[in-house]
Amino acid sequence: MKEMLKKIINENPVFVLLLGMCPTLAVTTTANNAIGMGLAATVVLIGSNVVISCLRKVIPQKIRIAAYIVIIAGFVSVIEMLLKAYLPDLAQSLGLFIPLIVVNCIILGRAEAFASKNGIGASFMDGLGMGLGFTFALLILAVVREILGNGTLFGLSLFPEGFQPAIMMILPPGGFITLGLVLAVINIIKIKRGGKVND
Amino acid sequence: MISMSTIFSIVITSILIENIVLVKFLGICSFIGVSKRTDTALGMGMAVTFVMAIASAVTWCVQTYLLVPFHLEYLQTISFILVIAALVQLVEMAIQKLSPSLYTSLGIYLPLITTNCAVLGIAILNIDKNYNFIEALVSGVAAALSFTIAIFLFAGVRERLENSEIPEWMKGFPIALVTAGIIAMAFLGFQGLKI
Repeated sequence: MKEMLKKIINENPVFVLLLGMCPTLAVTTTANNAIGMGLAATVVLIGSNVVISCLRKVIPQKIRIAAYIVIIAGFVSVIEMLLKAYLPDLAQSLGLFIPLIVVNCIILGRAEAFASKNGIGASFMDGLGMGLGFTFALLILAVVREILGNGTLFGLSLFPEGFQPAIMMILPPGGFITLGLVLAVINIIKIKRGGKVND
Repeated sequence: MISMSTIFSIVITSILIENIVLVKFLGICSFIGVSKRTDTALGMGMAVTFVMAIASAVTWCVQTYLLVPFHLEYLQTISFILVIAALVQLVEMAIQKLSPSLYTSLGIYLPLITTNCAVLGIAILNIDKNYNFIEALVSGVAAALSFTIAIFLFAGVRERLENSEIPEWMKGFPIALVTAGIIAMAFLGFQGLKI
C-alpha cells in the first residue's frame, strides 16, 4: 500500500516524471474525459506490463522496443473496440487520443524501465500504481479547468446563473497554463519542505 | 486532380488555424523536451518533417491497398505504429549511408520520432478525413512545418528565459508551460480565419 502511494504521489508520471503530456493536456477539458482516459491508459499499462514481464526472458534484446510496441498496440486496439462498443459517447469525445495511447511515453517507459526487469506481480502493481497516478494527475487538471472554464464539475452546474466562465481555460492555452501553475505549486511545496527544484 | 485551392487551404489550416502542437496537442513531449535551444529545435523540426512526409504517404497506401480491401480496419493502430517504427529505422539507416553530415545533425532525434504522437496522429487523421493521396501527403508536410514553426518559436523564447530572473518556484517546466500557453493564445487569434 505504501509502495502504491509512493508511485501515485512521489513518482507521479505526469507531475514528477513529465511523461504522457499530450493526452494530459488534450483530454482534461472535463473531469469525465480525464477519468475515462486515465482508466483506459491504466488498463493498457497493467496489461502490457504483465505480458512483457511474462515474456521478458523470451524477447531478444535487440528488437525489444518493437516487441513492446506490438504488445502495447494490441491492448490499445482491444480498449479502443471495447470503448466504441460500450461507451460510445466517451469514445467520441476522446477521439484520436485513444489510438494515441500507443505512443504514450509512460507505457513504453514503464515497459522498458520496470516490466522488463521485474516479476509478474511487481509489474502488475507498478502498472496499477503508475496508471492511477496518471488518472489522479489528469483529474486534478480537469477539475481546475472544468470549474473555471465551464462552471461545471462532472457535468453538474456549480455556480448561479449569472456566472461567466473563463472559456480560455478549456481552450488549448488554458491547458498549458494550468499544468504550468500546478507544477509551480508543487515546486513551492518542495521548497517549503527544504527540497530542491528540478530544472 | 485536385485544385491548388484545396492544397492551399490544407496548408493554411494545418499551419495556422489548427497548429498541430498548440491547438491539437500532438507532439507535446518533443515540443517540451527538445526546445531548450533554437538549433536543436530546428534539427528536430527537420527530422519530423522528413519522417512525417514519408509516413503520411506510406500509411495512406497501407490503409487503402491493404487494410480496406481485406476488411482489416481494426488493425489500423497496430499496423500504423509498426510501419512508422520500421520507417524511422529505415530512414535512419538510409541517412547514415547516404549523407553522414545530415546524420550527425539529425541522428539523435530520429529514434525519438517513433514515439512522437504527431506522426501517428496525422496518419490517423488523414484517414479519418478521407483525404486522397496528394491531400494526405500535403497535410503531412504542412503539419510537420507547423510543428517546426511552433517548436522554433518556443525555443527562441526559452533561450531568452535562460537569462532572465525567474522566481525559484517558476524555474524550469512551470515557466516553459506558461510560455507555451501564451504562444498558444496568440495562435488562437487565427481561429477566426475560415477558408
